[in-house]
Amino acid sequence: MSLIASNLSFKPGNEWHLDNVCFEMSKGQIYTILGRTLAGKTTLLKTLAGLISPDQGTLTLDDRDFGSIPVWKREVAMVYQQFINYPHLSVYENVAFPLKQRRMQSDQIKARVMKALQQVGLDGFENRKIQALSGGQQQRVALARSLVKEASVILLDEPLVNLDYKLREQLREEFRNIFSSEASKDSILIYSSTDPVEAMQLGGQILVMDEGRILQQGTSKEVYENPNCTKVAQITNDPAMNLFEGRVEAGRIILSSEIELELPQHCKRLATGSYIFGMRAAGITLNQTGFPFSVELSEISGSETFLHIRHEMIGVVGLLDSVQNFNTGEVVRVQFDTMQLYVFDQNEQLVSSPYCGLE
Amino acid sequence: MRVLYTSLKYLAVVLWSTFVIAPFLWAVSTSFKDFQSVTNGATYIPWVDFEPNLEGWRALWKSPAQGGVDIVEPFFNSVFVTASGSLISIVLGTLAAYALSRFTFKAGFIRNGDITFFFISQRIMPPVVLAIPFFIMLGKFSLLDTLAGLIIVYIVLLMPIAVWIMVDFFNKVPVEIDETALIDGCNPLQAFYKVVLPNSIPGIIVAGMFCMIFGWTDFFFSFILTFTEVQLLPVAIVALNSSITPWWSLSAAALVSVAPLVLVAFIVERYLSKGNLSGALK
Repeated sequence: MSLIASNLSFKPGNEWHLDNVCFEMSKGQIYTILGRTLAGKTTLLKTLAGLISPDQGTLTLDDRDFGSIPVWKREVAMVYQQFINYPHLSVYENVAFPLKQRRMQSDQIKARVMKALQQVGLDGFENRKIQALSGGQQQRVALARSLVKEASVILLDEPLVNLDYKLREQLREEFRNIFSSEASKDSILIYSSTDPVEAMQLGGQILVMDEGRILQQGTSKEVYENPNCTKVAQITNDPAMNLFEGRVEAGRIILSSEIELELPQHCKRLATGSYIFGMRAAGITLNQTGFPFSVELSEISGSETFLHIRHEMIGVVGLLDSVQNFNTGEVVRVQFDTMQLYVFDQNEQLVSSPYCGLE
Repeated sequence: MRVLYTSLKYLAVVLWSTFVIAPFLWAVSTSFKDFQSVTNGATYIPWVDFEPNLEGWRALWKSPAQGGVDIVEPFFNSVFVTASGSLISIVLGTLAAYALSRFTFKAGFIRNGDITFFFISQRIMPPVVLAIPFFIMLGKFSLLDTLAGLIIVYIVLLMPIAVWIMVDFFNKVPVEIDETALIDGCNPLQAFYKVVLPNSIPGIIVAGMFCMIFGWTDFFFSFILTFTEVQLLPVAIVALNSSITPWWSLSAAALVSVAPLVLVAFIVERYLSKGNLSGALK
């Protein structure tokens, strides 16, 4: 079974919400649509669900025209980022709702509802009212309702974004187990997220979206190792990949009058000229023999410190694997790990990466 | 300081409650008085200041020929007209409000907000502006002095209230609930009556209450558009005020006219005080 989108476009006003979107998805796989807010992720999911009619383009599922099927007859299920349930119904009735719409027999409905509730860890909660549940439990009800349909396409629109950190971590793990289980082997799972860490943890294929376009599609490893342009490099990293302009001359990288770097092995074949260089925060560390940068901001996150530093026009974020305090304006010495250096051309397309070298 | 603040707070509540309840108690007291008790100066406590009797209440269902005031027919006329007008207004108003909340209408410069305003503008105009057109139109269709004519007029007057309240209510119901219902297999009509409507009961009750209050207490249109065949309760009560006003019957009739609203308010109070949407979208 495969879901194929060809040239999907949607422009309700002056801006493209979907711009020539094409992809092919196969059953039993998880696809994560990764992009910033307003990238077009929700629009794409709603288009797949049938809630939005695209201006142009086609959708086919198993060679059948999927796009012309009305939403209530499509084999899709969807979980929203808000915890959308039916507040006038109990947990059981909520989960049973789509099956009742299909006029299934009550014993079949009961068996499937109980199985779905067990999958999401809500067995025993059947008679509770939705209002009596916590946010995480409400989202599990929504998830159970999406699973019980055994739909061909399951859409999850940032389902964890409104949960607190601990619960998000826990549910993310549970989601992965549920999706890799037998129950969802016949479905195409499409998960949208703004969080690159979440996308990488879910595994499967990643589609990176920005301004209504799909910039890159590939496995999480492929996208992480070889982001095909600067936007993908920024979207797929948290904090965003540092980008700074510089020149390659005489076998050296010149970033400023004071900062020159040795060309790493994977960049040896770069021609002389101007480039955009990229480096993840983890590639920038403190070292007494490094270059002088002044601290703009230091953020402690768990057991790590994000250090926002600047040297002339070069502003970057470094990641220190310990908790450290810095004063604003303090001068620190910084080293760039050029083995982790990415190089993009003036059109912002990838030229060289630590993983593929110069094509 | 805290004790003083609490005392002042309770004093304000007691004073306001007294201000509100006193006329009601006065009417209750008067309804059990007779001519002597009413005309012999102010009396307050039954069996001490005056001897209570049920003459004022008995007169309500006696005909004028029997010395009564007969408000039974006007009462049921009012119940029928108000209930019919409110019910039809709520049904039509809820459908209109749902459409205005969920769908985008464009006709020239007119948008959803303009249409909502057109509905509300019916209530902005002074009633007398509407009275003459109503009078002429009902006359053309031979509906003057009929219950059907009054119901039509009340629908026109009450539907804007229903639309106004329900548009605001539906705007607060997340559209994702409708979308989820569609995804779960409901067509748009099923999504409305299986999911949106059950979650809109508090709004419908509030709108219904307002429609009933405005319909039940209307005097102006029921006075202008009826003559001899049909009489509604407010007109019947006012008609009791004559050169020899039977204050005891007038008070009893006034209490009867208030009773249905008080009863309905008690029944739906729990819906008025809290919504039912918590849990739809946390």
